Amino acid sequence: MCGIIGLLIKKPELRESLGALMVPMLIGMSDRGPDSAGLAVFTETLGEGDRKYSLYSGGHAIDWSLLAQDFKTEFDSPPQIHEQGNHAVLTANAAPDRVKSWLKTNYPQIHVLSTGRTIDLYKDTGKPQQVSDRYQFQTLKGTHLVGHTRMATESAVTPAHAHPFTAGEDFCLVHNGSLSNPYEIRRKLEPLGIHFETDNDTEAACRYLEWRMREGDDLETALQRGFEELDGFYTFLMGTADKLALVRDPFACKPAIVAETDDYVAIASEFRSLAHLPDVNHARLYEPAPEELYVWTV
Amino acid sequence: MDGVITDVTFDLSQTPLRGVNRFLHGDISGQKIAILNPDGAHNVAIGLDAPATVEIHGHVGYYAAGMNKLANVTIFGNAGSGVAENMMSGRVHVKGFASVSAGASAQGGLLVIDGDASLRCGISLKGADIVVGGSVGSFSAFMAQAGRIVICGNAGDALGDSLYEAVIYVRGTVKSLGADAQFEPMTEADYEAIATLLAKAELPHDPKDFRRIASAKQLYHWNADANQEY
Repeated sequence: MCGIIGLLIKKPELRESLGALMVPMLIGMSDRGPDSAGLAVFTETLGEGDRKYSLYSGGHAIDWSLLAQDFKTEFDSPPQIHEQGNHAVLTANAAPDRVKSWLKTNYPQIHVLSTGRTIDLYKDTGKPQQVSDRYQFQTLKGTHLVGHTRMATESAVTPAHAHPFTAGEDFCLVHNGSLSNPYEIRRKLEPLGIHFETDNDTEAACRYLEWRMREGDDLETALQRGFEELDGFYTFLMGTADKLALVRDPFACKPAIVAETDDYVAIASEFRSLAHLPDVNHARLYEPAPEELYVWTV
Repeated sequence: MDGVITDVTFDLSQTPLRGVNRFLHGDISGQKIAILNPDGAHNVAIGLDAPATVEIHGHVGYYAAGMNKLANVTIFGNAGSGVAENMMSGRVHVKGFASVSAGASAQGGLLVIDGDASLRCGISLKGADIVVGGSVGSFSAFMAQAGRIVICGNAGDALGDSLYEAVIYVRGTVKSLGADAQFEPMTEADYEAIATLLAKAELPHDPKDFRRIASAKQLYHWNADANQEY
């Protein structure tokens, strides 16, 4: 069992309170996922050459300002760094491959959670309330987000196994369920040079869909292919720079409910995570049908 | 029991659910009880065992009115998974839509869902009646053993797969029948049964618009020659 949540703000004024609206949604899914939590928030898009990197140092104390100085020396341009304990968002104008390779060599204790021009990502072990407090989710601003509370069933409880998973840039996926053919997917992707970071089944789905989109599929086509290739139980919620997308397996084994108003689209595993939302009593409430695509654009 | 003044009102935003359910398990015969702000909570009004009226104002989570006996429960909202699962008698009425496995294993009583019911509605039904005002999702009435399901809208895939003695009546389209389910001619008894159930559910449809689905009973005995193809 796991909990998923998603929120896309239609009314620009509400983007300032994205975090405040979301936190009760995440906490509401604590029973479904008490061991880890995480979320990806999509903000204003950076310029063409700029990238931001969500960095996580786990139990290692990092002097982020020292890292910024090292970065400036290496890349000859000062990065912006927004730090929060063992997590930081580093923004810089430099080639992403070089940045990641430099981080791997010089700061091997740091895990790059996400890369892109729009996405910030946080995930860690602990109860959703603890994780939310740790990274001050309440203060997050942006257009849309994807969140997850985890109850591990098929792989270890570690920060790296927490959701969301990312692949490529500005793409993330959360999952409630379990796949029955993740190793088949991996055996297909690994010879193509696609590297996996964990043994988690969700990572296979995430990397599969990102690979399809890199090969030229749009999100909708990739998801249609996903229905053929990915076997098992799933409700997947995905975020891209300007979209939220949701699909459920043909048996609808895992729950999902959507509330839409003129101001927002909110998605959760269960209604109890939506009950606090403004004007939810007048929202259009529905359960997404199995094996259908639901895509909402900012 | 229209016109009965509400005897007790609980607000679940103020009162813990466990206390409310404990009260409902006491001597509440003949009383009318209102429950406000369920906000998607699980297990609201489960295990009732008295001829009382319970009105739930809002959306409920999993297993609402589960194991109901004698009580008349109305949910003015949507229901999560397994509403009225294993009901023994009485009546449960969902004014909105119901999620998966509505009325699962219910042994008696009547479940009315005004809106749609999701997948696996009436799975393993054991004698209760279910009337769905809207449509039902795939695998509804899977292995249903006894009882009747009236579907006023359409049905998804594999309707009535591996049915035993339960009977299904459908007004709309059926995407596909499950293994061993078949359409059968309607009899006067079928029309009467539908008319009675529609009247109880206060739905206006004409029984003549419904078709009957029941078990072909080919799975009742093991067929070694079938080579696992059904």
